[in-house]
Amino acid sequence: MGDHHHGPAKGLSRWFFTTNHKDIGTMYLWFSFAMFLLGGFFAMVIRAELFQPGMQLVEPGFFNQMTTLHGLVMVFGAIMPSFVGLANWLIPMMIGAPDMALPRMNNWSFWILPPGFLMLASTLFMEGGAPAFGWTFYAPLSTTYAAPSVTFFIFAIHILGMSSIMGSINIIATVMNMRAPGMTYMKMPLFVWTWLITAFLLVAVMPVLAGCVTMMLMDIHFGTSFFSAAGGGDPVLFQHVFWFFGHPEVYIIILPAFGVISQIIPAFSRKPLFGYASMVYATASIAFLSFIVWAHHMYTVGMPVAGELFFMYATMLIAVPTGVKVFNWVATMWRGAITLETPMLFSLGFLVLFTLGGFTGLMLSIAPADFQYHDTYFVVAHFHYVMVAGAVFSMTAAVYYWLPKWCGRMYNENMGKLHFWVSFVGFNITFFPQHFVGLSGMPRRIPDYALQFADFNMMSSIGAFIYGASQLLFLYNVIATIVAGQRVSDEKVWDGAEGLEWTIPTPAPYHTFEVPPKIEASHA
Amino acid sequence: MPMRLSANPSIDTAIKLVAVTVVMFAFVFVVMVPLYNVLCDALGINGKTSGQAYTSAVSSIDDSREVLVQFVATNNERMPWEFRPSVTMMRVHPGAANDTVFLAANPTDAAMVGQAIPSISPARAAAYFHKTECFCFNQQPLAGKDQAELPLQFIVDRDLPADIKRITLSYTIFDVTDSVGPQVAAR
Amino acid sequence: MSIRQLAQSIVAATAMLAMPLAMAETNRINMAKGVTEVGAQIYDLHMLIFWICVVIGVAVFAVMLYSIFYHRKSRGVTPATFHESTKVEVLWTIIPFFILIGMAVPATSTLLEVYNNDDAELDILVTGYQWKWKYEYLDENGENVSFFSNLATSQEAIYNTEPKDANYLLEVDEPLVIPTNTKVRFLVTANDVIHSWWVPEIAVKRDAIPGFINETWTNVPQEGIYRGQCTELCGAYHGFMPVVVHAVSPDEFSAWLGAKRSAGAAEAALAEQEMSLSDLLARGEQVYGGQCLACHGANGEGGVGKAIAGSAVALGDISKHLEVGVKGVSGTAMQAFGGQLSDVDMAAVITYQRNAFGNNTGDVVQPADVANFKKG
Repeated sequence: MGDHHHGPAKGLSRWFFTTNHKDIGTMYLWFSFAMFLLGGFFAMVIRAELFQPGMQLVEPGFFNQMTTLHGLVMVFGAIMPSFVGLANWLIPMMIGAPDMALPRMNNWSFWILPPGFLMLASTLFMEGGAPAFGWTFYAPLSTTYAAPSVTFFIFAIHILGMSSIMGSINIIATVMNMRAPGMTYMKMPLFVWTWLITAFLLVAVMPVLAGCVTMMLMDIHFGTSFFSAAGGGDPVLFQHVFWFFGHPEVYIIILPAFGVISQIIPAFSRKPLFGYASMVYATASIAFLSFIVWAHHMYTVGMPVAGELFFMYATMLIAVPTGVKVFNWVATMWRGAITLETPMLFSLGFLVLFTLGGFTGLMLSIAPADFQYHDTYFVVAHFHYVMVAGAVFSMTAAVYYWLPKWCGRMYNENMGKLHFWVSFVGFNITFFPQHFVGLSGMPRRIPDYALQFADFNMMSSIGAFIYGASQLLFLYNVIATIVAGQRVSDEKVWDGAEGLEWTIPTPAPYHTFEVPPKIEASHA
Repeated sequence: MPMRLSANPSIDTAIKLVAVTVVMFAFVFVVMVPLYNVLCDALGINGKTSGQAYTSAVSSIDDSREVLVQFVATNNERMPWEFRPSVTMMRVHPGAANDTVFLAANPTDAAMVGQAIPSISPARAAAYFHKTECFCFNQQPLAGKDQAELPLQFIVDRDLPADIKRITLSYTIFDVTDSVGPQVAAR
Repeated sequence: MSIRQLAQSIVAATAMLAMPLAMAETNRINMAKGVTEVGAQIYDLHMLIFWICVVIGVAVFAVMLYSIFYHRKSRGVTPATFHESTKVEVLWTIIPFFILIGMAVPATSTLLEVYNNDDAELDILVTGYQWKWKYEYLDENGENVSFFSNLATSQEAIYNTEPKDANYLLEVDEPLVIPTNTKVRFLVTANDVIHSWWVPEIAVKRDAIPGFINETWTNVPQEGIYRGQCTELCGAYHGFMPVVVHAVSPDEFSAWLGAKRSAGAAEAALAEQEMSLSDLLARGEQVYGGQCLACHGANGEGGVGKAIAGSAVALGDISKHLEVGVKGVSGTAMQAFGGQLSDVDMAAVITYQRNAFGNNTGDVVQPADVANFKKG
């Protein structure tokens, strides 16, 4: 079996036809980074317009296209594919498997993404412009009142959804069937657990999003009235269906990030993860609860009070398992022997800032208070704290942590630390003031604002430019590392790192664990 | 899961997950939409009233109580018809049969078809507001320049919770000429 | 903006952070307590949750910070090996659970108060339009007073050719007037897409959903002017449809409502008369500024909407011009203004369009012409 394994194919066709999980992981990561920069560019347009009161740069309609595309590209193009890329690279190595369970489907999962996003981006050049109804695309603004490009938006969502579903099926099949003998479920690294649970969430709710946009397509083109009162439908039905997908979606975004943090903090504390079993149970409870809280996005819609109360109580409950996870990470650090290399800095930044985002989430869950927060910048601040300082910081930590293993070269530590500090400061200057303007009355999705919000908006825009610039530093560091970084050849690149991926050579060979490894007594 | 669909365990898993995907897609159309409509109808949650005439036996009138019923009319979007209630408010006794009319006029030259959609506030009153006849049950064709008195007959149920003292019935009138075709409009 | 101006802005913005907190209207960092009782309850709930979060946050971050400083490899410590403790896990699951129950109790009672729409004394229908609000006071005798409330900020202020005044983007031509110490019930709906009606200082927010009616209420004890905005993305001009509420004494309110009714009658009377060209032009310029300028340009040059200067419609057949204004143009953003403008306003703005921007047709359109057009 070993004889006919040569290295990877040469040239461009290697990338088009590869079924190797490392190649596919690499493509996902580069693609998501490009999408991150594209989504970031849209954000720069937004913050440039919001730098001062008055309309200076763009028209209100185009501004709405920017906010819509920023959200769609970041959620579906940057964050989700980046964690799928990590899953591809790491899951087989972490469970001692030679590759993903369904390697050809793996290739398709990736390769439908670029055309999908090309279709979405091309709507900018269509008659009537790109979608301008927010990434949450409520009907009837997104049906009866949408520009013609909405049809292509719907097709793009279908394509992206199919990619996610195929990727998740692959992850579940791999984890369930290809663990090395002796690796029981409760010995798997937590990153694998969080992705396993996330993959089940994706398989359950991505089809619901597909159903939602299909109903939109039918309302727009086939004369149905799911969301139009005229034909007996209800715009609020849209919101229920969308958020039934939408709320699990935000846990889909954050659970793999939790998994990454659960690998990195123990490594740099030189101490095992505290409370492995309860971390698994907490993740599973968060996933289960995520199905019954969706209407906390709809508190002002006119739901009956019993419904509001149910969703409020269920949402508040999610704070419990999430709190358990935060306490467990801190307990992991406690009485460890900590060093603060870049992956640990981003992980600690995650721990502090994600927790802040969790607190504002708890405030938002309180239904009567939410009547004052809903659709204001307070919500925008909340979700950027959990998605940027949460998911994106975690992803960044992951890249710094595993890049040396992937390519056999060490990144520049000083530049990494600089990237962290500039990101941390830039991020907070951008988003902390947004709590203030939201609480004092600034709605979201507006291209211009009343004068009392001017100073904090200017501050926020300056922070955004700083944060954006620091990502270019990151790009430079990654490329410089891959091309000319100091070579590293220890299997255990980091002395505190545990897990099967740290037992193989550095850089990781093209094929690993073609023979299953022996599993030790404890889990990573 | 007991049934093996393939010798390859990964393909077996994949097939089962594809089935879950299909089921969840169907779930939206076959469960979520109907469940939403059923719950709304049964509990009057979103203020929707039944699209059919109320035919149960009429109970006796509760003279001890008065409920203020308000009528509101809204034109959707570009619907050019004049559309308004003939009376804005009515004091009724639960159990009594009441009737009123809404006035509609088509100021354009073309035949048009309108659809009035009712909505009740407070939403929980919807389950107790019975329409024995309503122009909202059907589409309303009006020839160019024509006008009509659109009838509404209703009973407020005796079991209306005691704390509800005013009910607002709102109609939004939509232009559905395009979706019903010219033959209906011309009728 | 030059580098120097940018640097000055950064310095100014940083200096803002050092400013004393909360009291200024500008740069508020916290929610307003507002003037209503339910608003005060919401504010108190908000502060309660906030402080609980601060206490927990400080405790957790203190432990983290301690660990980062004292449990460092560079201090020569040997890492401990413990990695579980059922007792501790149970404690930090149960204790937060009870804290949440403590939060849920006041949250529940406040929510029930928000939903308590009973025993209102005045009902007002609020309808969201793209991109303005319509207010209609329900009257038992059927004499509903109704009017539109449009953004009053000028395009020049928005596009930076004129200075912005203090209530930039939060001012309207016709505010909603309500009596103090009266329970007012709002019936909220929409004409086209979903909007949301929000006034922070009276703590009222409700989505406006086309085809459905929502209700909410307020009782404002203090006279004043309270400003809010639309809070649901509703299209391009979502940021340009503010809400302004004037709370006045009940006597002043009755007087105002009475005057509105007479004005309605007076407007109807005016519609019977022949208006002079200069009156029509003056009125028409006002209407144009409030209703047409945003899309058709300050000089009729067009933009989102077609140009009016030199247009075939403005220079051609009057009945075609009336048709566009009254019925709109389906498939475009040009709304049907027939239902939104009085006959006087419609006649005035059409007259204005036909005579301004170099059009100079000399045409005069009277309110009676509009009425006749509508009748056919």
